Amino acid sequence: MTAGSLLFAVCAALCLAGALLVVTAKNPIRCAMGLLTTIVGIAGLFLRLSAQFLAAMQILVYAGAVVILFVFVIMLLGPAASGEAAPPQRPSISQLIAGAMVAVLGVLSLGLIGYGDSHAFELIGQSHGSVAAVGSRIFKEGLVPFELATALLLVAVVGAIAVARSKPAGHKAKPAKEENPTRRMFQGPVNRPGAAGAARENV
Amino acid sequence: MELGLVVEHYVLLASAIFAIGAIGFLMRRNVLVQLMCIELMLNSVNLTLVAFNRRHHGDMNGQMFAFFIIAVAAAELAVGLAIVLQFYRLRGSVHSDEASSLRH
Repeated sequence: MTAGSLLFAVCAALCLAGALLVVTAKNPIRCAMGLLTTIVGIAGLFLRLSAQFLAAMQILVYAGAVVILFVFVIMLLGPAASGEAAPPQRPSISQLIAGAMVAVLGVLSLGLIGYGDSHAFELIGQSHGSVAAVGSRIFKEGLVPFELATALLLVAVVGAIAVARSKPAGHKAKPAKEENPTRRMFQGPVNRPGAAGAARENV
Repeated sequence: MELGLVVEHYVLLASAIFAIGAIGFLMRRNVLVQLMCIELMLNSVNLTLVAFNRRHHGDMNGQMFAFFIIAVAAAELAVGLAIVLQFYRLRGSVHSDEASSLRH
């Protein structure tokens, strides 16, 4: 077995194990770690496909930002993040759809294995998938979509801040004194015994 | 047999990851886990795009598409997690079954 085959086998196993962990784990932190495993495996597969730039992007954006964001939100929600109702007893529509999907996938993979003329890769030059090649492609032919993507990211960040900071419609407004923990923090030492607990409740 | 040099290997793996993600999205009721399953599905599509780009390596269109998908997924996730936080403030849980305000 060559090194390339080994890389593919290890990365494929990582991807599948991580994906199964995401779906089956009860604790959301474990789900996030499964997602991380899958992402690292897919980055390795990108390397096997000689897409070095995308492998670096995958690690930077997904492992560096997306998974960390998930972990932040899980930590922010605390024990409530792991709440999940028991699955319904009788088969629901979603379970039927899931079963049908597994059946279709099985049939498709059997057909794909029996497919004789496999589409093997040809040898390619060194520059395929490099930063220079992908970058020149993006900035020459894909400049308008690239600028639109930057605008999308900016709007998404502003929208996320606006959504996360606003009060929900059904939320009862508390008195301003109780609402602002930083104001209390700057009022000096508080002698009440229950102050620490009350402050914690406020946050 | 040399693994990972034909496009079928990647398509099989990507379809398996996509199916796992879709099944997880349908079966789990935790909004955070459902978002993670969406990320799984987007990743499997990226893998397919890059594999076919390796097969038809005349231009870099597949990798460019995957690049834009990564950007869009990051934007989607930022807004999605903000909505999850807001949903938790409103309902006190992250069950997707709790999001029934629009139900008649």
